[in-house]
Amino acid sequence: MGAALEIRNLHVSVEGQPILKGVNLVVKQGEIHALMGPNGSGKSTLANTLMGHPAYEVTGGQMIFDGVDMAELGTDERSRMGLFLAFQYPVAVPGVTVANFLRNALNARRKVDNPEDKGVPIPQFRKMMIEKMDLLQMDHSFGGRYLNEGFSGGEKKRAEILQMAMLQPKIAIMDETDSGLDIDALRIVSEGVAKLSSEDLGVLVITHYQRILNHIRPQYVHIMMDGQIVESGGPDLALHLEEQGYDWLREKQANGDA
Amino acid sequence: MATRRRVAREFQAPPLSRADVEALSARHNEPDWLRAQRLAAWDLYESLPMPTTQDEAWRRTDYRHINWDSAGHLPTISANGGAHFEDIPAGSREPLLGEQQGTTLAFVNDHLVYHESAPVLREQGVIVTDLRTAVREHGDLVRQHLMTHAVTPDIDKFAALNAALWTHGVFIYVPRGVQAALPAHSIFYTTQTAATLGHILVVLEEGAQIDYLHESLSPTLDADASFIGAIELIVGVGANLRFVNLQDWGHHMFEFSHQRARVADDGQLDWVTGQMGGKLIKAFMEIDLDGKGSWGRMSALYFPSDQQFMDLDTQQNHNAPYTTSDLLFKGVLKDASRTVWQGMIKALPGAQKTDGFQANRNMIMSDKARADSIPGLEIEANDVRCTHASATGKIEEELIFYLMARGIPRDEAEKLIVDGFFVPVLDRIPFESVRDRMMAYVERKLLGES
Repeated sequence: MGAALEIRNLHVSVEGQPILKGVNLVVKQGEIHALMGPNGSGKSTLANTLMGHPAYEVTGGQMIFDGVDMAELGTDERSRMGLFLAFQYPVAVPGVTVANFLRNALNARRKVDNPEDKGVPIPQFRKMMIEKMDLLQMDHSFGGRYLNEGFSGGEKKRAEILQMAMLQPKIAIMDETDSGLDIDALRIVSEGVAKLSSEDLGVLVITHYQRILNHIRPQYVHIMMDGQIVESGGPDLALHLEEQGYDWLREKQANGDA
Repeated sequence: MATRRRVAREFQAPPLSRADVEALSARHNEPDWLRAQRLAAWDLYESLPMPTTQDEAWRRTDYRHINWDSAGHLPTISANGGAHFEDIPAGSREPLLGEQQGTTLAFVNDHLVYHESAPVLREQGVIVTDLRTAVREHGDLVRQHLMTHAVTPDIDKFAALNAALWTHGVFIYVPRGVQAALPAHSIFYTTQTAATLGHILVVLEEGAQIDYLHESLSPTLDADASFIGAIELIVGVGANLRFVNLQDWGHHMFEFSHQRARVADDGQLDWVTGQMGGKLIKAFMEIDLDGKGSWGRMSALYFPSDQQFMDLDTQQNHNAPYTTSDLLFKGVLKDASRTVWQGMIKALPGAQKTDGFQANRNMIMSDKARADSIPGLEIEANDVRCTHASATGKIEEELIFYLMARGIPRDEAEKLIVDGFFVPVLDRIPFESVRDRMMAYVERKLLGES
């Protein structure tokens, strides 16, 4: 049985302000889910909370990953368990090359399995990195650049997907990976993700737009408004949203509340 | 004394005397000129006041807590001072530059304990020896340069003290047009809670070139010690010196040092320093670009922890036209450590078409640490480009989160960030093995092994 990420009635506050107000969602390995919703609805809060960002305070509910309650787990432990977040705004890491960074990340995983581990052998590492770079149509010189420093928007997003390809997570959350990308960059990035998709990878794609979903085809689409998932459905839901906007959902909500 | 009240402590001078100067000079059978130079410096020393926090250059550096009872005496005298090369930890004794080592000079306290030199350097006429031997064998050369035009005794009381009582030193001389085939390496190591006064004099004649690495090391001892140092770098016309200076004293050491370079026409000086140790460090580092077209670069990485205090005072003097200086000082501070960087770029009226730059960046890893950054410009020429940049901030939590989100534990994430922060300085170190040692120092600091 594959791993699953189960979010149960999750409540989250930022600086005392409630943002998530009872989110329920299950993403299993091998599944692709899309999470859509207007600005400020709490999508990025969900992504950051799942990864354990210290600014986000869980005030209720649970996050279960691979059968383990993540409440007490640090960000690094979550990652090593197989959870991945592709950042919306990846930060620059001055003086640390992409290759050095990736090797450290891989070695951190190996050390958990075996504290005596001497790290992934360099030739094996290089072979793997080049293979993944080719998959994402990245120039091999990329490995020698300082991570995200002076990267274009497209390069940053590709670097995120490269990290995902190298770390081979069980569940990946992609936080607006499509934002700020032109058509070509979007195609390369989303095709890269599509190539990584397998029965061993579950994906939660957070996005405003339908267009990325033409490449990464979700089986499930969820819509978040005001800190809750208000609608779930199949791929048609995203298309419907593209045509109709969010108003019909707002009305439906209002009627439901009345 | 009838009553003994606790009064505000004064800035006291160490309990040294003219007799110490005479005894030192006599013990080593020094030539008259040197004895006279020492005594003149002593007179100057006595006439100068101890620096106090009233002096601008010392405003942030209060050393009144030094215990001169231990830190103010010269090392104990015996046949060889009881000093052996083996006193230096094996890791530091190993030739740092491996196969490419030209010369190793090692001192324990004030004693030369090891001297090995590759024959090729002798064949080239390159002199790398201890200062005392140089006084005997190359007296005219030493006399011409020793404290005559780089670090002069009149700079302040500590410079005068070094001139009067230098206890040991290194002399490097590269003749005209000679590119030294191999680099030089020296070590000052101390094992006593005493005052040592090291002196380094490097002279490159026209068109000469050498790479030189110096290390100051000691274990942490249980009482205060002092190092009153001087470094003089004389770079001749079109000469090229690459100098790396690593300081890793124990946490009992007070260092007061003057380090100054003079660079003639088209000369080049690439100077990197790593500051890791000490209880209190007050180092003046100065480059004088005296000749047209000369170039000087000064880079530092410093990483204090615990209660360490480091005050690095730099000066880039553009004394001639078409001169270029570039300074990059980067520090990481842990625990309750404190640093001061005070840097000045000066351009004399005739120094047209000069380009001076200075940047200082500090990364703070604790709420209790503090870094002061004080850039300064004094420009008297009108056709120059002189700029500075300075930034001090805490290690970024967003960066740590990003690295941890890839499975890297917090301590390793911090290490990566710190290493990356230092990379622009490390990249300026010409030897990979020295870079590696510097990074090992950094790692040891991060692990909290002081």
